[in-house]
Amino acid sequence: MLDAETLRRYLLDALPGSEVELNDTTGTGDHFEARVISPAFTGKSMVEQHQLVYAPLQQWLKSGELHALALKTYSPEQWKKLGPR
Amino acid sequence: MDPTLKAQFDETVKSHPIVLFMKGNALFPQCGFSARALQLLQPLGPVHTVDVLADPNVRQGIKDYSNWPTIPQVYIHGKFVGGSDILMELAERGELQDLVAAGGK
Repeated sequence: MLDAETLRRYLLDALPGSEVELNDTTGTGDHFEARVISPAFTGKSMVEQHQLVYAPLQQWLKSGELHALALKTYSPEQWKKLGPR
Repeated sequence: MDPTLKAQFDETVKSHPIVLFMKGNALFPQCGFSARALQLLQPLGPVHTVDVLADPNVRQGIKDYSNWPTIPQVYIHGKFVGGSDILMELAERGELQDLVAAGGK
């Protein structure tokens, strides 16, 4: 079981300068929704963006502590293009 | 991974613009995620499907080949695009058809 703040800190360390929003969807600490906007994503395909997020979370994904992460990733440019939502 | 299998995947993803590695086939998808991926892709052009359930070597092999843990998997113009979540998200953003239209560029 994880808490959103721990996850958030890990992601921010791995992807400096990002904006990370996390939501514990079931309240059980193993299913999260995440929105990550990161300069590291610029010019990367969505798969590559997702892999950048998954990499620092491997230990929890492998142990099963983190069961599911519904991920939305954007480069700052992609996010800007979408406009306010 | 096995070089023969790798060569086989190289060949498959290069010889069709849209390739879907799925459970079941286009007529009888054996899994909801595979079915949904197929629905998203079919409007964009002919989809070449590979049934991973037909061969355990392919089922495991494609995961190694893409370095991606789940099925379905989609290749567009020889490039790995992702699984069903990514496909849905790309479709929502209107980027999926761009990938097909870009012709691999």
